[in-house]
Amino acid sequence: MALLTMVKALNLALAEAMRADPNVLVLGQDVGQDEGVFRVTEGLLQEFGPNRCIDTPLAEAAILGAGIGLGFTGFRPVCELQFDGFSFQAFHQTENHVRRFRSRTRGRYTCPLVIRMPYGGGIRAIEHHSEAPEATYAHLAGLKVVIPSGPRNARALLRAAIYDPDPVIFFEPKAVYRSFREEVPDEPETLPIGKGVVARPGRDVTLITYGAMLRVTLEAAEELKDGHGIDAEVLDLLSVAPLDGELINASVRRTGRAVVVHEAPRHCGVGAEIVARIVEDSLVYLEAPVKRVTGYDAIIPYFQNELTYLPDPARVVRATLETVRF
Amino acid sequence: MPREPLPISTRLETLSVLTADGQLDRALEPAVPHADLRRLYKTMLAARRLDERCLMLQRQGRMGTYGPSKGQEAASLGVAYALERDDWFVPTFRELAGLLWRGWPMHTWMLYWGGHEAGNAVPPGLNDLPICVPIASQCQYGMGIAWGCKLRGGGRVCVAFCGDGGTSEGDFHEALNFAGVYNLPLVMVVQNNHWAISIPRSCQTRAATIAQKAVAYGIDGLQVDGNDLLAVIAATREAVDKARTGGGPTLIEAVTYRLSMHTTADDPKKYRTDAEVREWEPRDPLPRFRAYLQKKKLLDAKIEQVIEEEITAELEAAVRQYEQQTVDATEFLRHVFAEPTPELRAQLAELEAHLAARRPARPPAPVS
Repeated sequence: MALLTMVKALNLALAEAMRADPNVLVLGQDVGQDEGVFRVTEGLLQEFGPNRCIDTPLAEAAILGAGIGLGFTGFRPVCELQFDGFSFQAFHQTENHVRRFRSRTRGRYTCPLVIRMPYGGGIRAIEHHSEAPEATYAHLAGLKVVIPSGPRNARALLRAAIYDPDPVIFFEPKAVYRSFREEVPDEPETLPIGKGVVARPGRDVTLITYGAMLRVTLEAAEELKDGHGIDAEVLDLLSVAPLDGELINASVRRTGRAVVVHEAPRHCGVGAEIVARIVEDSLVYLEAPVKRVTGYDAIIPYFQNELTYLPDPARVVRATLETVRF
Repeated sequence: MPREPLPISTRLETLSVLTADGQLDRALEPAVPHADLRRLYKTMLAARRLDERCLMLQRQGRMGTYGPSKGQEAASLGVAYALERDDWFVPTFRELAGLLWRGWPMHTWMLYWGGHEAGNAVPPGLNDLPICVPIASQCQYGMGIAWGCKLRGGGRVCVAFCGDGGTSEGDFHEALNFAGVYNLPLVMVVQNNHWAISIPRSCQTRAATIAQKAVAYGIDGLQVDGNDLLAVIAATREAVDKARTGGGPTLIEAVTYRLSMHTTADDPKKYRTDAEVREWEPRDPLPRFRAYLQKKKLLDAKIEQVIEEEITAELEAAVRQYEQQTVDATEFLRHVFAEPTPELRAQLAELEAHLAARRPARPPAPVS
């Protein structure tokens, strides 16, 4: 066991996969000599050389396009995009090709890529460095969208993503990168993509979240317990596509109440899909309307004001109280 | 310091072997066995006949919107001829003759334009990609494939195509830039057919040629008469041999002309003059190559008749096969992921129940 930050845990997953399989390549701008802007690729150039840890020119679409072609020749590319806000520079490759090749060639060509990118707000970054675009990607059939919440699940999910036969958008919450350490086992672990976990068991209400909002939600759950005697169950979805509807509905059927928490904007956000799943499958179990605590339907403010935008424990507590007291 | 010329090589050449009236430059004539020359002619003619048939089928409501390759047959055929079977061939959508040479069946081409995913079925044993519609986006994975070829070793090369319109896209630039940086075995062929729907070549770029764009990427560029099959073969051989032996990428500008419409959805009379088309007609690659073969005594009336008859028979069989293609209504839900998600399983069941409930099946809707 080692006590690791998420950055170190992701680095471990990459190194493990590259050691185990010579077809695993890492490519992106600054992933080699600079070891990644957040140091996720630390030591990889040194250990695996410039043909496997590849510094590229600055062109997001070409990084993904190269990944697609490398995939066709049998490699398993892990593409790094430097920030979520820049992923749109490569969006046409993702939409037109990465997600479609399996379908349009009926499996003759596939894109087993992992597209990694730092995700979300909360680190006082400049403009275009704090977006939460998961719903945009989750809407595209053919993509899997994974968002870990801590070092241990990040390492296990990245391993799963690398070995997945289909493309995985792997969002790494920047706010979690170095915010805490966690025991990570020495032996490689895998978590199934598309399955969430119960992060905190409870009886009274289900709080559904993922990514950096897990810590915010867990904090709210403690406050609800200590200040209001409410025993909240917290679900950590880990993947938003596929979405673990079974886990969500099983919990909501027990508690009868639900609050969804995410930092992305509300309109057509992942929360909307979660609420729809609950309404479709568990309406008669509901004791109260489902609440959403999310970012606002506005451009995330520059960092002097970003904390106003991002959900905090107080907002989660207030929404939960409204739900419980309905 | 004074102002001085930069030490940058800008030597750019244009290559043609056959003049418009079939006069041959013997010094530049590529070595091609006689049997191959006849087969090349047959493939070019087959592409022309298939193209004409697809246009007719579209007009009769038996095919979807169709993008003809008419007039551009030599540009993809010469490239395909210069490749080995296990090299990679990355088309856009006007490489019909090249695809036929590679071994793509006629009916597969029809299936694509007729609205069947089966039109993307790569023939076994070929490293070819299917048609690509989003302009120039295929340059990127072509570059990635070339990269894979280099990392794998073994001397395979990748040829990718785009059009003159595609050279305005960022993907074209990014792919060539990467190919240059990593010295990849990529041959990028631009079919400069002078029109991107209604936008003429002169509006795509201020540059005098497309070949010269290679200079900025530090790679070789070559302009070739894309309506001259022999010149395309010679140019591609040179580029492919260089790529195979570690010499890096080449940008080939194949100068050709779109004799027909962009697709059946537009009317070229709206944006270009008949006079311009008439000017290009004598440079049509098909009669040029035919005249060359006649001079070489490789074609006579009797051989041509046999070739026409063979093509007609193949075409009729292909149309029959195309029109007999059935639709598996639920197949699209079974190829989203390697393993279907619970949601996809549920949606498949939902669709199957819906289809079962509405039987007897309605006849298929006519294709526009």
